[in-house]
Amino acid sequence: MDLQKYRQPDLINHVIDDIKKHTASVKFMEVCGTHTMAIGKWGIRKLLPKKIKLISGPGCPVCVTPSSVIDELSKLKKVTIATFGDLLRVPGSSGTLEKARALGLRVEVVYSPMEALELAKQVETIFVGIGFETTIPGIAHTIKIAKQQNVSNFSVLPACKLVPPALEALIAGEETKIDGFLLPGHVSVIIGSAAYNFIPQKYGIGGVVTGFEPLDIIVGIKKLLENLDQPQIINEYERVVTKDGNKNAQAVMFEVFAVQDALWRGLGWIPNSGLSIREEYAQFDALKKYGLRITDIPENPQCRCGDVLQGKIIPPSCTLFDKVCNPQNPVGPCMVSSEGSCAAYYKYER
Amino acid sequence: MSKMCLAIPGRLIKNLDGNKGIVDLGGVSKEISLAFIPNAIEGDWIIIHTGFGLEIMSEKDAFEMINILQEAYK
Amino acid sequence: MKDKVITLGHGSGAGLTRQLIHDVFDSQFHLPALDDAVHINDRIVTTTDAYVVQPLFFPGGDIGKLSVTGTLNDLSMSGSKPAFLLASFIIEEGFLIEDLRKIVASMQKAAAEAGVKIIGGDTKVVEKNKCDGIFITTSGVGFIEPEIDLSAKNIREGDKILVNGTLGDHTIAIINARQKLGLEPPPKSDCADLYEIVQILLRSGKLRFTRDATRGGVATILNEIYEETGLGIIIEESKVPVKDSTSAVCGLLGLDPLYMANEGKLLAFINDADDKLIHQLQEHHLGEEASIIGEVTLAVKGVYLRTAIGSLRPLLMLTSDPLPRIC
Repeated sequence: MDLQKYRQPDLINHVIDDIKKHTASVKFMEVCGTHTMAIGKWGIRKLLPKKIKLISGPGCPVCVTPSSVIDELSKLKKVTIATFGDLLRVPGSSGTLEKARALGLRVEVVYSPMEALELAKQVETIFVGIGFETTIPGIAHTIKIAKQQNVSNFSVLPACKLVPPALEALIAGEETKIDGFLLPGHVSVIIGSAAYNFIPQKYGIGGVVTGFEPLDIIVGIKKLLENLDQPQIINEYERVVTKDGNKNAQAVMFEVFAVQDALWRGLGWIPNSGLSIREEYAQFDALKKYGLRITDIPENPQCRCGDVLQGKIIPPSCTLFDKVCNPQNPVGPCMVSSEGSCAAYYKYER
Repeated sequence: MSKMCLAIPGRLIKNLDGNKGIVDLGGVSKEISLAFIPNAIEGDWIIIHTGFGLEIMSEKDAFEMINILQEAYK
Repeated sequence: MKDKVITLGHGSGAGLTRQLIHDVFDSQFHLPALDDAVHINDRIVTTTDAYVVQPLFFPGGDIGKLSVTGTLNDLSMSGSKPAFLLASFIIEEGFLIEDLRKIVASMQKAAAEAGVKIIGGDTKVVEKNKCDGIFITTSGVGFIEPEIDLSAKNIREGDKILVNGTLGDHTIAIINARQKLGLEPPPKSDCADLYEIVQILLRSGKLRFTRDATRGGVATILNEIYEETGLGIIIEESKVPVKDSTSAVCGLLGLDPLYMANEGKLLAFINDADDKLIHQLQEHHLGEEASIIGEVTLAVKGVYLRTAIGSLRPLLMLTSDPLPRIC
C-alpha cells in the first residue's frame, strides 16, 4: 500500500489553498491522540491559516487513566504487571510504575495483550487493559483465549474507555464551543461512522472520520469547513471505515465486556463510557481477583490536564507547561503519554 | 511507545485457518490474529493493531480519493 | 536531580542519562570531556563501555561481538587506530560454560577481524539472580596521529551531515528477539566495526567530526551537538535511510528510527559533500546506503526536521527510552 501518495506536497498545498479560501474563524477538535501526534509530526498546524484552531480532545487512553489505577497496581506483590509502555511514566498519587519497578515491582512492557497471556503461562500476570475501541476487541479476544486455554495465572485490569459517551459528555458540558470534530479513524474501524450521528442530530455539529496521513487530516479539515452550514458525519476514511464498523470485533467485545460508568482522569465519572468484565469471565477480572478499587483521587490542583483533555485550554496556557512540567519531569498525564496533547505541544509546537 | 490507536497496513500473505494469518510488513512477515476478519484472503491489505487485524483495507478506496483530488487540481 | 532512585530511564542514553552524568559523576570527577573516547595525550586515546544486552544472542550478533565492536567504534570515531582491549566479565552462577565459550569466541573473532588484541581482563561470579546471565565491560586503547583533530568544535555553518546506512536496525532486531514478535526472517542487528568507514572519511580530508549513533539515536546526538556548538541543524526526512521493514515495524510499535539505537552506524559532519565521497562509501559493504541527511545552518535555532510534506518541525532530544538494555 503506497501511502506516499498521501504525502504529496503539491496535493497538500492545493488543499491548503482551498482551506484558505474560507474566512470563518473556527475551532476544530481532533479527538484522537494519534491524530494529535500526526498533526505535530507532520507540522500541520504551521500550514493552516491562523483562523483555524485545532484543539486536542480526550482521545489518549493513557492520559485519561486515573491515578488510582497506578496506585492500586503499585501495591501488588509477587505478580507481574504487563502493560503498554506508555503507562510506565504516568503519575499515580505517589509515583509512577517506572519508579515502583525500580523499587521491586514486577513490570513488563508488552505490545499486545496476547504477549501478556504468553507471559502468564510462566508467571502470574495482570494485563493493564487500557485503550479505546481500537484496542478493546483484542483485549476481549485475549480473555476468551485465556478461558479456552484455562490460563488461571492471567487476569486483566479493565480500564478501557469508550469514545462516543465521552464526546457526548464533552459536548453536553458546553464548556467549549467546537465547530467540528476530526473523528478517530481506528476507533471508527471498530464502531463505524454511524456511531457519531448523535453529534449533528442532537448538537448540530459536524464531524469527519479521517485517517492519519497528512492528506487525510488536511482533507478532513477542508470537509469540516465546507459543511459548517450542514453539519453531518462524513467518512473520509472509507478505505477502512464502514458505516457500521466491524461486527465481529463488536461481538467479541460485548461477549466479554459489559458497559458501565467509568472514571476519566481530568473529566471525572462519565456514564456508560467504560467496560467491566462479564460474570462468565470473572476469573480473569483483576479487580475481583486482587480486590482492587478504582477511586477518584484529587489530582495536583495546579495541573490542568483536565482542562486540556476537554479542549478548554491549549497546553501552553497551563502555568506548569514547560516551566515545571516537561517530558523529563511530567506532572500530568498529558505530558507523559507520547500521544498526550502537552507532550505533542512540547515536542512539536513550541 | 505502544501508540494506542496506531495501526498500520500490512499485506496478508497467508490466511492460516480463518483465525490466524501471516502478514508482510515491508519485507518481514509476522503472524497476526484474524479473529475479527476471518474472511481476509491472500493479497488483502489489512490494518493491524496490537497483533490483531482490525479490517481489510480497500485499495480501490485508497486511491479513489487521491485520484479525485488529482483530477480536481489539474 | 529530583530523582531519589535510579530508574531504567537513567540508562537510556537520553536526557535522563545526561542529567545523571552531570549531577552525579561529572560533579565529582570533573571529566575532561564528555566524549565517548578520551585523549590521554596527543597519541593515545582510551575508552570504556559496559554491555548488558538482553537477549545475549540475537540475529546479527551477540553480547560478545557487541562488546568488542562497540568499544572499537568509540575509539575509531576519534580518528585513532584501535590497538588493545581489556575485558571484564560479571557472570551469574548457573551460566552455561558452553554459552560463555560462544561469547568469548565471538569476541575473539571480532577483535581478530579488526586486527586488535584482547590482552587481559577480569572475571567475577555473582550469586543466582544477582545479574542477568552475563555483563561485559571492555576498555580499549587506540593510537592516533597528532594532527588528527575530530571534534564538535570544528563544525561550521554549511557542513553536511551524513549517515553510512539505514537507521534503527539494531533496535528492531533486539525488540523482535526480546518481545518474541515473531518477525520472519528475524531482522538483523547492524552490529559492525566502523573503522574503515571512518578512515574513508578521514582520507577525503573533509571530515570534521563523527560519532556512532548508539543509545538515543541520531536525534539525541544532533541535539547534543546543537547544545555544544549553538549551530542549527536541519534534517531532511526524505533523505534518512530506513529499511522498509524497519519503517513498517516502527509504525506497528509507535517507534521513530531517528531515536533508535544503532550498533553499526555513524553520523559524520563533513565540510562539503561530493558524489565521489558518497560513491566511495557506497562501495564499502558498511556504507551501501550512505546518505547526506541534512546540514548545519544558521536559519534555525535547534535541531529541525523537514518532513516529507515540506513542513519544518523541531526534533527534540529523547527524554527517556522505554526500551531498556539494547546494548
